[in-house]
Amino acid sequence: MNRPLLAIRNVRKTFGSYVALDGVSLDVMAGEVVCLIGASGSGKTTLLRCVNQLARIDGGGIWLDGALLGMRERAGTLHRLSEAEIARQRLKTGMVFQRFNLFPHKTVLENIIEGPVQVQKRAPAEAREQAMALLARVGMAEKAASYPAQLSGGQQQRAAIARALAMAPMLMLFDEPTSALDPELVGEVLAVMRELAASGMTMLVVTHELGFAREVADHIVYMDRGTVVEAGPPSQLLLAPREARTRAFLSAVIA
Amino acid sequence: MSRQAAHPPSLAEGFPDLSAMPIARQAHWGRILSAGAILAVLAGLIHAFATGQIAWKIVAQFLTVPVILHGIADTVIMAVLAMALGILLGTIVAIMRLSPNPVLSSVAAFYTWLFRGTPLILQLLLWFNLALVFPVIGIPGLWTGRAVDIMTPFLSALLGLGINQGAYTSEVIRAGLLSVDAGQYEAAQAIGMGRMRALRRIILPQAMRVVIPPLGNEFIGMIKSTSLASVIQYPEVLHSAENIYYANSRVIELLLVAGFWYLLVVTLLTPLQMMLERAYARGTVRPAR
Repeated sequence: MNRPLLAIRNVRKTFGSYVALDGVSLDVMAGEVVCLIGASGSGKTTLLRCVNQLARIDGGGIWLDGALLGMRERAGTLHRLSEAEIARQRLKTGMVFQRFNLFPHKTVLENIIEGPVQVQKRAPAEAREQAMALLARVGMAEKAASYPAQLSGGQQQRAAIARALAMAPMLMLFDEPTSALDPELVGEVLAVMRELAASGMTMLVVTHELGFAREVADHIVYMDRGTVVEAGPPSQLLLAPREARTRAFLSAVIA
Repeated sequence: MSRQAAHPPSLAEGFPDLSAMPIARQAHWGRILSAGAILAVLAGLIHAFATGQIAWKIVAQFLTVPVILHGIADTVIMAVLAMALGILLGTIVAIMRLSPNPVLSSVAAFYTWLFRGTPLILQLLLWFNLALVFPVIGIPGLWTGRAVDIMTPFLSALLGLGINQGAYTSEVIRAGLLSVDAGQYEAAQAIGMGRMRALRRIILPQAMRVVIPPLGNEFIGMIKSTSLASVIQYPEVLHSAENIYYANSRVIELLLVAGFWYLLVVTLLTPLQMMLERAYARGTVRPAR
């Protein structure tokens, strides 16, 4: 079996006395789409934030492309990496937020070239050309000069996906990308994500869209109270869940 | 949504169609009366000042004498330089205040506490009299000088006003930084930015929009605070006016001259502030889609 692109092993994350992640392990192979489902407070968003190191894990380890994230082992002890080293590791992942988080003082195009030009030091002309190609890909080419406040939620989220893709990440993280959208705008964002999955991008998606998960995911992971309860291909997990907790969650969501 | 049909069958009787009836203009008797009263009081005040013991000719005569013009120029120069120092210090201190490093944040809080907690005039006098504490100042091994020579009225006023202003400005800028959504910082991190680059490129430009109106307030305050530097012999406009009336005893006339110049400078600042606000309002306007 190949080495997974993302390997999560026995990860713990606490906020004070609250245990958000209680020994989570998970593999994501290159080219796979894995959807995390579960009730709010189950730890799925926290897990995503730990992969992107917006949250620091308190135990266990996360490996991306073979490299341990956020820490370095020296003489049997783990040492946290510096902020600059973490920023460099983050370049391998792209993050799409629930609330889009586009930069409101920049146009769509400026949002997308900000990272490539400022962080990756690419030539502005080349970055702009690549950004326009990405905007065409998410169906936003004619909105390049618009400010985020002039766009609908669905348009903002598609621009945010283009911004994450502009950094050429090897793993895309989606944190409930359609939860803040009006119902009629969900479809356009899911369509972009479907196209991205079909193109072979490795994706880890926190979502409540079970229809999307069933159709696109290679694996679905059901989390509850900071642990992975059950993981499996959509046909098995959604239609024939083994665990009672999974069954209870699914019947509550579908009903 | 489609419009409702003109006459649905089930509307109740007894409510006539008023859509063709004109609506009469309202008479605002209260407004007219209060406006009249205020105008009468204003007219009385203008008359009182016009016929009071003020030699308006002398006011006009001294309005543009070189000493006064130099004074207002020195006032503006000092206000601009001290404000620049204040904004620089204020930005640094605001970022320190929000730092996760407890030493940095405590030192920043201490600075704000100390310089906001003591009168500005006292701080100016301390800077001017620094020679009493440190007769010789400088960078050890590189350069030293006698404090009496270095702490000129200009430098004392600049340090006193600028450092005091930094304490107030830091709170204004901190409020601006806090007003920016935490998701903005996370989004900046997610595209690989470090803390300082995220502040400079993403957070501060958005904070500016919130910060400029109170900063305009602070700058107006600064223009008038420069008058306190007259106690340490800095030749700003109030100091110049005082020097003239010590000689000719036209106290009120020269105070009015100084007042005129302060008002003029503050008035000229307003359009400047509006231009700045427009520059930082990028992306906030919401034209029709």
